[in-house]
Amino acid sequence: MQFFLEVLIGGLLSGVMYSLVALGFVLIFKASGVFNFAQGAMVLFAALTFVSLEERGLPRWGALLASLAIMLGLALVIERVVLRPLVNQPAISLLMATIGLTFCLEGLAQGVWGSVVKGLDLGIPDVPFDVKGVLVSQFDLFAAAIAGFLVAVLALFFQYTRVGRALRAVADDHQAALSLGIPLQTVWAVVWAAAGAVALVAGLLWGSRLGVQFALSVITLKALPVLILGGFTSIAGAIVGGLLVGASEKLAEVYLGPVLGGGIENWFPYVLALLFLLVRPEGLFGEKHIDRV
Amino acid sequence: MHRLIPQCAALLLALLFALPAQGQGAAVPNEQFMPVPSYRVGPYAAPGTSLYGGFIDYLNLVNVRDGGINGVKLTWEECETSYSVDKGVPCYEKLKGKGPTGASMFNFYSTAIAYAVLDRAGADKVPLVTIAHGRTDSSDGRVFPYVFPLVTNYWSLNTDIVRFIGMRSGGMDKLKGKKIVHLYLDVAYGKEPNEILQKQAALYGFETKLVPVPPPGTDQQSQWLEIRQYQPDWVIVTGYGVMNPAMLKAAARANYPRDHIVGNFWTGSEEDTIPAGEAAIGYISALINPAGKEFPVIQDIEKVLYTKGLGNMTDQSRIGTVLYNRGVMTGIITVEAIRTAQGKYGKKPLTGEQIRWGLENLNLDDKRIGELGATGLIQPLKVSCADHEGGGAVKFQQWDGKQWKVISGWIQPDKKLVRDMVEASSAKYAQEKNIQMRDCSKGG
Repeated sequence: MQFFLEVLIGGLLSGVMYSLVALGFVLIFKASGVFNFAQGAMVLFAALTFVSLEERGLPRWGALLASLAIMLGLALVIERVVLRPLVNQPAISLLMATIGLTFCLEGLAQGVWGSVVKGLDLGIPDVPFDVKGVLVSQFDLFAAAIAGFLVAVLALFFQYTRVGRALRAVADDHQAALSLGIPLQTVWAVVWAAAGAVALVAGLLWGSRLGVQFALSVITLKALPVLILGGFTSIAGAIVGGLLVGASEKLAEVYLGPVLGGGIENWFPYVLALLFLLVRPEGLFGEKHIDRV
Repeated sequence: MHRLIPQCAALLLALLFALPAQGQGAAVPNEQFMPVPSYRVGPYAAPGTSLYGGFIDYLNLVNVRDGGINGVKLTWEECETSYSVDKGVPCYEKLKGKGPTGASMFNFYSTAIAYAVLDRAGADKVPLVTIAHGRTDSSDGRVFPYVFPLVTNYWSLNTDIVRFIGMRSGGMDKLKGKKIVHLYLDVAYGKEPNEILQKQAALYGFETKLVPVPPPGTDQQSQWLEIRQYQPDWVIVTGYGVMNPAMLKAAARANYPRDHIVGNFWTGSEEDTIPAGEAAIGYISALINPAGKEFPVIQDIEKVLYTKGLGNMTDQSRIGTVLYNRGVMTGIITVEAIRTAQGKYGKKPLTGEQIRWGLENLNLDDKRIGELGATGLIQPLKVSCADHEGGGAVKFQQWDGKQWKVISGWIQPDKKLVRDMVEASSAKYAQEKNIQMRDCSKGG
């Protein structure tokens, strides 16, 4: 029982790390109905920018603020160069644009800052402490607290600010929102900037664990089943989906893995997500889509 | 329009004169072409830039300092594989026919790509050099005349590691009853040592557990929980890229002592330990070449190339790292194989088939290694028709938080056990592919 608990808790905490990446996807999907393929590349770009600036002598807070400013600037450039020409175009065009953006950002990140793996120590020890025989990582708890804080801030932003409400209107219908005088470009710039800030937080936490390197851009693969389970439009869903994916994949690896030959945790969440789609296609917290005919 | 007519006529005349000159009189350039199928972008860019940077630097050193190999200049062209088969195979096809005599040899530093082009290389008569990677049973040159897993292969390595663990345990007889986990990246490369580890477990009486990590290996929480529950005495790791720092961090979270984890030589570079921070302190790995700049050949590279701005590495702080030095080692072996072939076929550009002979007759002894300024950087290497591995030994190193410290001398593999397994596996391959084994007693 103790071992089961340890696997479960470890899985839940891993899931929080996936949620951090999934949050960035949700933000952009909420605003534009587009699955932002480039979110992983943004995580890589943000983290690489931070450590590279720090390496060049900037103090930690300076590097953080400068990275944040660069991510905001990047959001403005993306809105101006990539998104604005595609207003009112089919969603598939926007999706393809984000795929192209992925390659641009990955190349830009490695081209500007180099391909060397960089260490990142946030000063939070990634060592366990003992809770009645169950080892819990201090770092994972810290990541969970950060994720909780981000969710609270974003929920308040969407619910109670003018921009947040405008953003929800844009998500429902671009043309209708434009006809009501909602500045679509501004909303998109804001939401991409918010996704950039979330990418920076995710990049710092994942980079601290894995080193800042190209692999940060592929952790998005872990976020996809989280989104399917939690729903593409719900911030709370990203957290709950992350917890479900983290816990289920770890339990499956430990208890089903030996029967199925091991190494199953990469595909198990996708199987779970597919099964979930059959029952609830919009995800746990996603908005039900109704078409009038 | 009329004004263009004289110009067109002049161009035609020039072409008429130029074409025969090219066909009849143009001499074959005195150059030896070397394909460089590197990976400088993507998830494995960090090791790729060091490996191929060191390799190119050595080739350039030979050109600039020595005027080439006996006067034959080395030329090369890079092709980006991104460490993936779908790009590696087109790179092979693109580069195999380049240069006056075609590609000298290929070294992909990717087991998966090596598997993918193995049959093509034999058919095209281009040597496939797989230093410390690739298909293990290709060490049997009777079945794989064009494949050279030089220096060591995964099976030799595994016997080296078990011997090291035996030494640390107080003797091989002390392995009885011990528990050893093999944590591996769940791809062809990672699975290579499983078979021999299980044989060794039966031989020495230790228990073993195989724990696969799905690629790329960013999250290993469940694997390390399993390991913690199993309570092994040692963990052997076969990883690459991001799996390695993630492994060290996960081991720290599971409270597993890092000085009882032994990685292979692809799991033991600065790129693996620096990102893991304090979690890497005490971690041990095998090595086929040490880090360091104390070797004269590395000092020559810095002096001859980098002071003149001719070096390949943008980030010069990586000169002398484990993987950079491995690239230099690869360059030394490559150049010496060509030099050996020139001894038989003449000091001129050679074909892949001729260089294959050079590889098969390569004999790098201590004296020659000393002359090359690489004493301590590489082990003696003697290749033969039957044995395409040539070496087999490794040393061990331990990370002290800042750098690798070598903690053993060269440890030799269990050659009998490895050779028996290599021959059994290659014979099976020969039967499947209907290959007639070469008779090495008749000179191959």
